[in-house]
Amino acid sequence: MSSAVFDFGAERVELAHGAGGRSMADLIDGLFKRHLANAWLDRGEDSAVLDRPRGRIAVTTDSYVISPFVFPGGDIGSLAVHGTINDLAMVGARPRALTAGFILEEGLALTDLDRIAASMAAAAVGAGVAVVSGDTKVVERGKGDGLFITTTGLGEIAPGVELAIDRIAVGDAVIVSGTLGDHGVAVMSRRAGIAFETEILSDSAPLHDLVATMLEAVPDLRALRDPTRGGVAATLNEIAAARGIAIELQADRLPVREGVKGACELLGLDPLYVANEGKLVAFCPPDAADVLVAAMRAHPLGRDACVMGSVMDGPPGLVELETGFGGRRVVDWLAGDQLPRIC
Amino acid sequence: MKYVDEFRDGRLAKAVRAQLHAEADPGRSYRLMEFCGGHTHAIFRYGVQDLLPASVEMVHGPGCPVCVLPVSRLDMAIEIAERTEVILCSYGDMLRVPGSKRRSLLKAKADGADVRMVYSAADALALARANPDREVVFFAIGFETTTPPTAVALKRAVDEGLTNFSVFCNHVLTPAAIASILESPEVREIGTVGIDGFLGPAHVSVVIGSEPYEFFAEEYAKPVVIAGFEPLDVLQSILMLVRQLNEGRASVENQYTRAVTREGNLRAQALVAELFELRKDFEWRGLGRVAYSALRIKEHFAAFDAEAKFAPAERKARENRECKCPQILRGAAKPHDCKLFGTVCVPENPIGSCMVSAEGACAAYWTYRRHETMRRIA
Repeated sequence: MSSAVFDFGAERVELAHGAGGRSMADLIDGLFKRHLANAWLDRGEDSAVLDRPRGRIAVTTDSYVISPFVFPGGDIGSLAVHGTINDLAMVGARPRALTAGFILEEGLALTDLDRIAASMAAAAVGAGVAVVSGDTKVVERGKGDGLFITTTGLGEIAPGVELAIDRIAVGDAVIVSGTLGDHGVAVMSRRAGIAFETEILSDSAPLHDLVATMLEAVPDLRALRDPTRGGVAATLNEIAAARGIAIELQADRLPVREGVKGACELLGLDPLYVANEGKLVAFCPPDAADVLVAAMRAHPLGRDACVMGSVMDGPPGLVELETGFGGRRVVDWLAGDQLPRIC
Repeated sequence: MKYVDEFRDGRLAKAVRAQLHAEADPGRSYRLMEFCGGHTHAIFRYGVQDLLPASVEMVHGPGCPVCVLPVSRLDMAIEIAERTEVILCSYGDMLRVPGSKRRSLLKAKADGADVRMVYSAADALALARANPDREVVFFAIGFETTTPPTAVALKRAVDEGLTNFSVFCNHVLTPAAIASILESPEVREIGTVGIDGFLGPAHVSVVIGSEPYEFFAEEYAKPVVIAGFEPLDVLQSILMLVRQLNEGRASVENQYTRAVTREGNLRAQALVAELFELRKDFEWRGLGRVAYSALRIKEHFAAFDAEAKFAPAERKARENRECKCPQILRGAAKPHDCKLFGTVCVPENPIGSCMVSAEGACAAYWTYRRHETMRRIA
């Protein structure tokens, strides 16, 4: 397939690119298929037809509206792949296929769209998964903010894998796979009105391989969650409320990069509430915690893994932090928006 | 992080705690008011009260800029924001505070007003430069800490001859508020609220210096210790207050020596004096009208004064009668004394201003100590 149909330097997305005519076919063939080509997409049918997997099927969907759509360490394309893969990984599923829906705003530079499609393709290849079906719509200028992407993921869960929050028990260790708040701070550093200099990159990454490593080391792993919007605090509050348990954290153990600490001091944020896109929180039986952390640390995406707390029997819904100063405090839900459109 | 971790060191805290427990007399009570929301926040965020002897009680003061802004002024800001030519900018917390009919700047934004969150007055100025066809209004709030940055932005706008930038000035003054609390009936006449000493402001004092507090120490015989905002600063300052009270002294001491001098930042004071003048009086949430307690932009700079430019109507606003923010801001009630606390009024749906700002006493009780606070209510 040739890209000769576009002069990316000059052209922008027009309403015709979503109208179903020749222009739309050119956009799909000249841009999307060029990057995302695979056997299913190339067939050009209305649906991709997949073979039946052996295990159970996991399905998830997520929309990405992040602003700005290019940020240090990634862009909306790679994020749309990683984020959805991670939702599959949290139930122990291996990603099998993704679909992608694009809502483009009239006027979006085709060079930007090309870069995002390329980054999406690289992320998919890196994770060993194909985008098997897609859709493109164009909205008038001012009705969207560049582009939005929705991805749906299909995954396969191997027999014997049971990850669910209702398996969490009192006494379980609460483990985090690495440093907190990298994604949120990286995105924030490029926001109009806040922009600051930082070397922090988004942690956006696919976690299914780390999860496979963890399941191999500790088959009895109870549950996993990826702490995206609202950070670790939101994730733990959701679980504590849903399960009627309490969770206790030790502030001294929380892994936070110096750059993230500094940005949070400056902006009055708490890293516990800042978004991550390549981290997970794991619950495991206390006697398996050391084995699990060791296995995670041997994996490139779990190098900074550590036990950050444990599950207590109550009061139900309480997430509490030992402050490291000798006192205690509640780690509450986030009220309002700490930072909108972070993913 | 250098210069931060040292002041949050748990081992040092243990040593100060031991000293405090050894010196505080269990036979008497020490009711200490931390004036600033910044101190309230540090106390709760690091669990400082878990380290205090039973005889020491912290009373939370009114030093939370968002909390003390009266509904009538917020209504005026919303009125300005609703003008089609206006971009109104302010600090994050301010956008969520409910005004009359529970309408906030965020709700006005959802209805189409152009309201933007900024991190500094300079950002608002940059918006004005970037949008020459719009009127950019900076909704300025805060104590002496945030006044100099507003003054800098204002001065630059004057020097650049910007015609589309103005400030809706709500800057207030700390010493006037402390005097108002010490003169309040609960403290002076009824004696229902005892305040034995003050933890003096950190950042405010960097600007105004420690001298303005000497009057309180002398006139009202209350010790004042100017304290930094880190938890170790707070703990050490409490120890310093306990020592003064034990020795029967009432003087101004400065714990925050790494930043505060007796005379303060003279350049900042001069710039503020160049652009602003005292208002005869100003309404405070909780304290009512307090004489000479706020600043307004001098008439010479009226072209940059949003009050002069847009003349928003100042209407008397009604507050929820059950809301105890006024008493809480004076130290006359605790959040759990309020019927609305934790039932109707929660951070997601704040009724009173003390629940909105992270520096407000109600938000701190709810966010950081909810479980034990609710047990006390039950």
